[in-house]
Amino acid sequence: MFNKLLGGLVPFLAALVAFAFGAIMLVALGANPLEGLEAIFDGSVGSGERIAATAVKATPLILVGAGITIAFRTNVVNIGGESQIIGGALLSTIVALGFPGLPAFILVPLVIIAGAIGGGILGAIPGALKAYASVNEILSTIMLNLMMVQFMNYLLRGPLIDPYELEAGTRIPQTERLSDNAALPTIIEGTRFHLGVLIAVAAAIVAYIILWRTPVGFRLRAVGHSPKAARAAGINVKRNITLALAISGSLAGIAGAILVFGSEGQRMVTDGSAAGFTSSAGFNGIVAALFGGLHPLWTIPSAFLFGALLTGATQLQRVLQVPSSLAVALNGIIVIFVISSSRVRSWLQTTLGNTNLFGEEEEEEEEEAEEEEVEEEAST
Amino acid sequence: MSDFFTSSVLVATFASAIRLATPYLLASLGETIGQRSGVLNLGVDGVMLLSAFFSYWTVLETGNLWLAVVVALAVGIIMGVLYGVITVFFEATQGISGIGIFIFGLGFSDLMFRQQVGTPKPVQRLPSVEIPALADIPYIGEPLFQRSLLTYLAFALVPLTFLLLNKTTFGLNIRSVGENPQAADSLGVSVERTRFAAIMIGNSLAGLAGAALVLQLGIFQPNLTQGMGFIAVALVYFGAWRPLGVMGGALLYGLVNATVLQWKSLGIIPVSISDLAGMAPAIVTIGALILLARRVNAPSALTKPFSRH
Repeated sequence: MFNKLLGGLVPFLAALVAFAFGAIMLVALGANPLEGLEAIFDGSVGSGERIAATAVKATPLILVGAGITIAFRTNVVNIGGESQIIGGALLSTIVALGFPGLPAFILVPLVIIAGAIGGGILGAIPGALKAYASVNEILSTIMLNLMMVQFMNYLLRGPLIDPYELEAGTRIPQTERLSDNAALPTIIEGTRFHLGVLIAVAAAIVAYIILWRTPVGFRLRAVGHSPKAARAAGINVKRNITLALAISGSLAGIAGAILVFGSEGQRMVTDGSAAGFTSSAGFNGIVAALFGGLHPLWTIPSAFLFGALLTGATQLQRVLQVPSSLAVALNGIIVIFVISSSRVRSWLQTTLGNTNLFGEEEEEEEEEAEEEEVEEEAST
Repeated sequence: MSDFFTSSVLVATFASAIRLATPYLLASLGETIGQRSGVLNLGVDGVMLLSAFFSYWTVLETGNLWLAVVVALAVGIIMGVLYGVITVFFEATQGISGIGIFIFGLGFSDLMFRQQVGTPKPVQRLPSVEIPALADIPYIGEPLFQRSLLTYLAFALVPLTFLLLNKTTFGLNIRSVGENPQAADSLGVSVERTRFAAIMIGNSLAGLAGAALVLQLGIFQPNLTQGMGFIAVALVYFGAWRPLGVMGGALLYGLVNATVLQWKSLGIIPVSISDLAGMAPAIVTIGALILLARRVNAPSALTKPFSRH
């Protein structure tokens, strides 16, 4: 019991240690950490408007994070969130440019689906490369990240550029203002809380249902557990690896569409870098997913936490003149701590003495039980 | 296109290819040693960003280039200790812990730059050192023998890494813990200590790569590397975990980059598609990975944490 409790607490302990690091960094930068904490708190949940801004910031993290969990459960790593967000955003932008006159109740779902397809393609490519050509998916997704930034810059500086920018000669790399019919409707008037937040939460729930309540998810998890066993049970391993990355990518692609059609500018714009458009959501989504224990539902509160950290960091910059990239550095530390914590957990259990060995054995038993469950399901 | 095939332009392109290849080569050789011991380090880009910033800052404050290189090395060593503890003792999932290091390096170098420097200011660059006699050879003298000491070091490390891996006991240990840690362990080789040492060497070289990058450019800006560290990891696969292959990959990469730059400035690649041309290096890498993936074997224990239990 004590061990279970301790195990659950470890991610939070890891976060606490990371925040202690944050406090040390603040002190080193000559800022008062208590004032820093206050600024982060105030900036993220200090008013209704700010809570809404936090929710909007959390939206792409929920989607990317839910996608990451699906990939991970299939035992593939998706570092390509950035490229998939960009791919989804580009395809949905093109659809909105092509059909500006469609009524909102058709155009809004259409741009979201276009986003899913755009991201899905960019997920399926590394998936298929891994499954059919043995190309390491970590490397191919990273290469696609580098490629898609350039592709986005090409499209926004060339074929998709706002004709007005050409006329005026200013050449700001952005599209024209996209059809208002494609704009995601605001849910709470007076704030930025729009439909995209609800879509993201719904998508995370769907990801959970797919993974644990459907045969599709069962096959994905079986492949993740043991490709050999899955193959023996007649599951097409290659197709499922491709599928996992395609689903993962399509969720990130939806995030891309939401970034365009939930923005105040209602257009896609680049500053030349990926982060300029995505705010690094492709990477921060990994952090949210890990912190949520690689479970789609836990990814939701986890993404809100990191959304709060990111909006809070903006306030930190305004009030204490501490660059908001502090939040990025903290995210990195949190990843390092959370990913190290499973070993820390067993180490804590051993050192703290009491029922030491059972801790690890219990875990193994659980895993075995789960494996048996998988096998049973496979045989039925 | 005829502008390109003049001897002076070709020599300049070749020289810039060697220069551009230097940071990749340093980082990739380090990553090769790490991966041969069974450890994937995806944090190279983060380490390069950190060491690039700190060596840039050192030059800005002291004007001392060699102190800057030492600082970069120190940053690499510190990050090596951190990554060693995470992977060897905490047995963390390597793909992800490396991304953690990357995100930390990205954020922290950005934070420090904005807080301490603010706007990019140019600093002095690494001087080129002419090798007597050889530097005057027509055509190849300038590209090969009028380079900075870090470039000479990078290329000298190619045979040294080969010798280390293949002709020393330490190298044998590295390869054995990368292929079969259980067997190595049963023969009394400390898997932990060997991997830790390999990680330290790898990160030190990543630190030097950051210094080479920033001291060749003479300026720093947030996210200076733009993914170079990740490409360095890909070059290890490209080079099939062999120092000579890795060097070939780094040179090819430098050459593709240098040619694209040169073609842009000569107008062979029109401005309108210059962003598309920027995709070339990544496309070349993916293409090479597709061609090579089935023909070469990665170290068997790559990314697998070792535990006696």
